[in-house]
Amino acid sequence: MKSYFIIALSFLLFSCLTEDSEEFKFTLPSHFPQPEYDFSKNKITKEGFELGRKLFYDGILSRDGSVSCGSCHIQSSAFTHHGHDVSHGIDDLLGDRNTPAVMNVAWSPTLFWDGGVHDLDLFAISPIENPVEMDDKLSNVLDKLRGHKDYPNLFKKAFGSSEITTDHFLKALSQFQLRLISANSRYDQFLLGDQNILNQEEKNGLKLFEKNCATCHAGVLFTDFSFRNNGIKHFGDLGRARITLQEEDEYKFKVPSLRNVAITAPFMHDGRFYSLEAVLNHYIDQITPSKNLDPLLKNKINLSESDKKSIISFLQTLTDKEFITNRQFSEQ
Amino acid sequence: MKKIVFQILVLSGIMISISSCTKELDENILGSLELEFENLYDGQRLVLNSQTYKNAMGEEHTVSQFDYFISNIKLTKENGEVFIVPQKESYFIVKHNDPASQKFTISGIPQGKYTNIKYLIGVDSMRNTMDVSERTGALDVGGAAQGMYWSWNSGYIFLKMEGTSPAAPLNQTTGQRGFRFHIGGFGGLNSKTINNIKEITLTAEDPFTVKENKTPHAHIFVDASKVMNGKTNVSIATNHTTMFNPFSVNVADNYTAMFKLDHFH
Ligand code: HEC
Ligand code: HEC
Repeated sequence: MKSYFIIALSFLLFSCLTEDSEEFKFTLPSHFPQPEYDFSKNKITKEGFELGRKLFYDGILSRDGSVSCGSCHIQSSAFTHHGHDVSHGIDDLLGDRNTPAVMNVAWSPTLFWDGGVHDLDLFAISPIENPVEMDDKLSNVLDKLRGHKDYPNLFKKAFGSSEITTDHFLKALSQFQLRLISANSRYDQFLLGDQNILNQEEKNGLKLFEKNCATCHAGVLFTDFSFRNNGIKHFGDLGRARITLQEEDEYKFKVPSLRNVAITAPFMHDGRFYSLEAVLNHYIDQITPSKNLDPLLKNKINLSESDKKSIISFLQTLTDKEFITNRQFSEQ
Repeated sequence: MKKIVFQILVLSGIMISISSCTKELDENILGSLELEFENLYDGQRLVLNSQTYKNAMGEEHTVSQFDYFISNIKLTKENGEVFIVPQKESYFIVKHNDPASQKFTISGIPQGKYTNIKYLIGVDSMRNTMDVSERTGALDVGGAAQGMYWSWNSGYIFLKMEGTSPAAPLNQTTGQRGFRFHIGGFGGLNSKTINNIKEITLTAEDPFTVKENKTPHAHIFVDASKVMNGKTNVSIATNHTTMFNPFSVNVADNYTAMFKLDHFH
């Protein structure tokens, strides 16, 4: 008797979870690996996602209301701060690193150029409290939301309680960011079987890329998430060593994904290169030797002018129109 | 004969009193212990801001903030048995500007005679990497732990001491000469780095008894001057900003000596 009841109950639960409207359907891309994020601790719901989106685009997360997450992570530029070498925050203050894309974060074992944060749910505290980004305190932001006319109700809809806790606040933001999945570029369609969607030059570029770049910019995510020194000239920023305090990690940065790279200039952790052409010139003949230079780059990469053009053509096939125009990801 | 009967009587009297005594300390009955952390500097109650102190390097300074985590409390009985306070109830932040935070009660302790109190200054690496839903109470990064957490390098700050000193360089934006010791580091999640988690063991001179209706009160003195003075005498002039860096290990080593179980009442 009891077990029947449980079976009936689990059916009920199951049907609730899959009930979400067609437009909200949330599936992981079939050609991607298993995500790092543990979705069992934060079930994505329509209400949770929409709350997260509202928070992401709301300046209430900053000290004076002027800066939202969306001010620096702009959808049309694949959620980067297109055109800014280093981030540009509250009171026009500058940060020291380039804004990376908020994209496919469910697969990132660590966040930030130096991997300082290991859990997406704990991420948002950093921009909120960074004096040159949003310059507020998390506890104060929570108090502002508690006193707001809409938010308590929206939290109730999303999490069943109008009490705004640290946990629910951070998980709502995660729900929005987890859905920012870019997996539908022309290259993806090629991978999924449409052989003719890439032209010959792009296919040549792909071959050259696989030979010269894909050890680090690996797999469908275009990164192996390791920390490496790719031979750019280094100044003050110690990179990974800021987190580990180990000499062997000095000047190493996380290998960035190259999805949507054609629309996310400038490049590198400090935004020093303004074009893909400049990046390729770097790899071809500007590698700076140093003790932590990645062994893979110790030998010169030989690419002709036309090889260079092919690689750039290939990188352009990684632009995902749907990702940058999907209305569900935009400020409503 | 009479004498023997008397002896038996006395003996059994003793036995009864012994057995009633052990009965009284039935381990299945639970009691509590109150801990009080009293922050001192040079043997006097620590006063924030208005009092000037001098460290072992001869540098004058004030203290504007002195906060630290106490966690993972364990009590050891006379017979060696250890009572571990359930993890979820074992995190506290002692803040000098908040007297209520300096005293707390641990309940659910099996009755008995105890000799040792052990705890960590800081937060164990497990809790440093746990899901946000587990981070409640003292560990709530948007509540009690506001300011005791590094968001850019996920991890709790174990101890924070700040103040001003003429020995510190002038900060152009604040116009102040400040020093800041923010000590943390739980050893890293997937790459090794510094670990400043420290376990403290306090031993009572005489065992203390935890009983259902008698809560002992352990009065612990915390000498804040030990943060800078000890195995490494810290110079504010050179180490005014000690946060997540290799030197922080010396500060953490120093402050392991700052606790003293002074008395019970
Ligand atoms: C002032 C600009 C600015 C604001 C505002 C901002 N960010 Fe960022 N974001 C950055 C920069 C710069 C980085 C990279 C910093 C670094 O690696 O040191 C970054 C990194 C990230 C990353 C890590 C991406 C990765 O793959 O490593 C995520 C996720 C993110 N931000 C989400 C958010 C959220 C959520 C908010 C709002 C709570 C927010 N950002 C607000 C500039 C900003
Ligand atoms: C040894 C590993 C390695 C190899 C090989 C490599 N890269 Fe990179 N790449 C990196 C790292 C690490 C960074 C980030 C460096 C930084 O910001 O300090 C990077 C950054 C980039 C960026 C900037 C992306 C952004 O969003 O800022 C581009 C574009 C890029 N690489 C393209 C290439 C191409 C094309 C090749 C092959 C010709 C290549 N890389 C080969 C490790 C590598």
